[in-house]
Amino acid sequence: MSEHKLPFIRRYIFSTDHKVIGIQFMFVSLLFMVVGGLLAMMVRWQLAYPDRAMPLGTLFPESVMPEGHIGPEVYNALFTMHGSIMIFLVIIPMLTGAFGNFLIPLMIGARDMAFPKLNMLSFWVALPGGIIMASSFFVDAGPAATGWTAYPPLSAVPDYTGVTLGQTLWIVAVLIVGTGSIMGAVNYITTIVNMRAPGMHFFRLPLSLWALFITAILQLMATPVLASALGMLLFDRTLGTHFFAPAGGGQVLLWQHLFWFYSHPAVYIMILPAMGFASDILATFARKPVFGYKAMVFSLVGIAGLGFIVWGHHMFQSGMNPALGTAFMLSTMVIAVPSAIKVFNWLGTLWRGSIHFTTPMLHAMSFVSMFIIGGLSGIFMASTPVDIFIHDTYFIVAHLHYVLFGGSMFGIFAAITYWFPKMFGRTMNEAVGKVHFVLTYILFNLTFFPMHMLGMGGHMRRIYDPTQYEFLKPLQPINIFITQSALLLGAVQVLFMANFLLSLFLGRKAERNPWRANTLEWAAPSPPPHGNFERIPTVYRGPYEYSSPESSEDYLPQDQPPAHAPVPSRPPAMSPARA
Amino acid sequence: MAHAAAMSHPQEAYENPLTPGWGKLMMWIFLCSDAMSFVGLLAAYGAVRLGSSDWPIPSTRLDVPLTALNTFILICSSVTMVKALSAIRRGDRKGLVLWLLGTIAGGSAFLGIQAFEWTHQIVVEGLSIKTSLFGATFFILTGFHGCHVLSGVIYLSCIAIRGARGGYTAEQNSPVEIAGLYWHFVDLIWILVFTFVYLIS
Repeated sequence: MSEHKLPFIRRYIFSTDHKVIGIQFMFVSLLFMVVGGLLAMMVRWQLAYPDRAMPLGTLFPESVMPEGHIGPEVYNALFTMHGSIMIFLVIIPMLTGAFGNFLIPLMIGARDMAFPKLNMLSFWVALPGGIIMASSFFVDAGPAATGWTAYPPLSAVPDYTGVTLGQTLWIVAVLIVGTGSIMGAVNYITTIVNMRAPGMHFFRLPLSLWALFITAILQLMATPVLASALGMLLFDRTLGTHFFAPAGGGQVLLWQHLFWFYSHPAVYIMILPAMGFASDILATFARKPVFGYKAMVFSLVGIAGLGFIVWGHHMFQSGMNPALGTAFMLSTMVIAVPSAIKVFNWLGTLWRGSIHFTTPMLHAMSFVSMFIIGGLSGIFMASTPVDIFIHDTYFIVAHLHYVLFGGSMFGIFAAITYWFPKMFGRTMNEAVGKVHFVLTYILFNLTFFPMHMLGMGGHMRRIYDPTQYEFLKPLQPINIFITQSALLLGAVQVLFMANFLLSLFLGRKAERNPWRANTLEWAAPSPPPHGNFERIPTVYRGPYEYSSPESSEDYLPQDQPPAHAPVPSRPPAMSPARA
Repeated sequence: MAHAAAMSHPQEAYENPLTPGWGKLMMWIFLCSDAMSFVGLLAAYGAVRLGSSDWPIPSTRLDVPLTALNTFILICSSVTMVKALSAIRRGDRKGLVLWLLGTIAGGSAFLGIQAFEWTHQIVVEGLSIKTSLFGATFFILTGFHGCHVLSGVIYLSCIAIRGARGGYTAEQNSPVEIAGLYWHFVDLIWILVFTFVYLIS
């Protein structure tokens, strides 16, 4: 098992080491992020300048883009694949695949996952899924064009979109990626339950791990339902069943129920890990314990639990018993309570802290502020009467990007910049990181905030040419402004990519604990060797003992023995005194 | 090399508050997930059946007595699975293998009878997944469950081969128990599928 004996292919390609697998997920996600981002740029170009040829459009085959113009069918494919790639191949694999894999064993003080081979398999199942999704760009009639939600009958009857093989490949790809994430979830839960280092009881876990643990439960319970729905859709397309075809007795609403039963929890799969990372990063750089640690844990549990009973709020416009609609409205609004508890506690963590404005901290703080805007706009659409007006408008697009870009992506930027020294043993450039942050923060808001106004003005989502409607013509300057901001926002990401790639080779060597943080991963060398720790650490305290009076430093690592106390043999929860 | 030795005993120093070992815990977690995929299919079945005005009464189209016999066989194979586990817990390797072979035979008989029924439905009754949603749900639910039984038969065969080679003892037999968990789960799911697809009219 010692690492110098493993050949290259076992060490870096077919590796069972959780750190290598995490980094593999990260590179693949970053690659797809570039693809998904470029698709978004093309969508924006079309919305601002529907009459003009796209720059570099002539590089595409004439059949796809005649004279460099984006055709309506191509436009449908662009936003569909942008959403599908960003959700299934960027945000979910980055948060759970990359950081879940890398952090879980390190943060609980274990040498690897419970099932390293299953872990390797989960990556090598997910990757072909991604390749199949990407290959659908190159088949006849192009890739899926139904929106990432794939509502039938649009997705079930090839004649409606003209897309044949592309949609089928999309279904197969999502099925495969889902299978990989179920494998990952099984592994994460077993690992966190069974492999914690001595003294690391549940209420000493960092919030990142609580978030990843609860996310794994969501993936485990929700993804199979999507898989069964995808299976039925696949049979409808290929074997001639009629599950979603009314002509054969099927029901189109059945897809919407099954799809959103998965996809609403999936929304939390995409935000909960970022919440956990932000909590850890805020505490580290405010040099203060997380305010209300247990409240944070229980609100994570609450959000996840409620997340399973709110899926109907995506379907207020689809036809639903009004009593059922009211129930979904109320359960959705109740999610604001645990979310507000989290925001309050983040602010409480920052309050009177000694804040260090490092790049990860800036990203984590903007995560909190952008999540507030995205969360508040969510309450608008939770309310059925308001939703009837803003449903399928740009207000929704604004909301979901405030949560997924403003929330998840800033969380991902925070996490990458924070754990980069541990992952690669080198440090990213702080100056470039801060410039990237400031520009991204400003341009993100310039891009997505005006979309609220477009939505209020009645600008529909997923339309090819806004200028064909008289009432949208006065709004066109906003569209042009958004597109210019978006193109700049896309361009600024080159800074991040360059900083990331150059720092891999040229960054300053990182010491073991560059941020002076408490959690166990910083007790391992940077980067950690195969097996992670020289010795399995023993945990003596919670993860957020910053500025503790017990220590002369302003931090107190979880594995540092107390000055006098003996080694605890059992966690307090199991001791007779508490029984 | 210092931790190479440690890695061969992965359960060295970890805190383990729950009694189940890693493999058993993983099987339980996987079964939760697998159950949800049946939840999705059964929910879809309920939706299309309740939404249909002319759903046939199952007993008029499907062979309920034969499938009741098949259900009985599957339940008996759960009993033999329990006997196999209790045999190896007493250290009786021969008993383990014999009871496992009984379980495998039960699973195989179930698959054989199901294959017979499918053939009958397709060839004689002309039922297919294209003709109606009745056919589609019938083939997909029983087929998806049948895949589970087939996987279980292969899984149990591997356990039986290893058992015959002396791979399990009275103390070391958790893979037998874990395979048993899976087998009982498949049995339980069948009772749901049988009830919904064959019995409720």
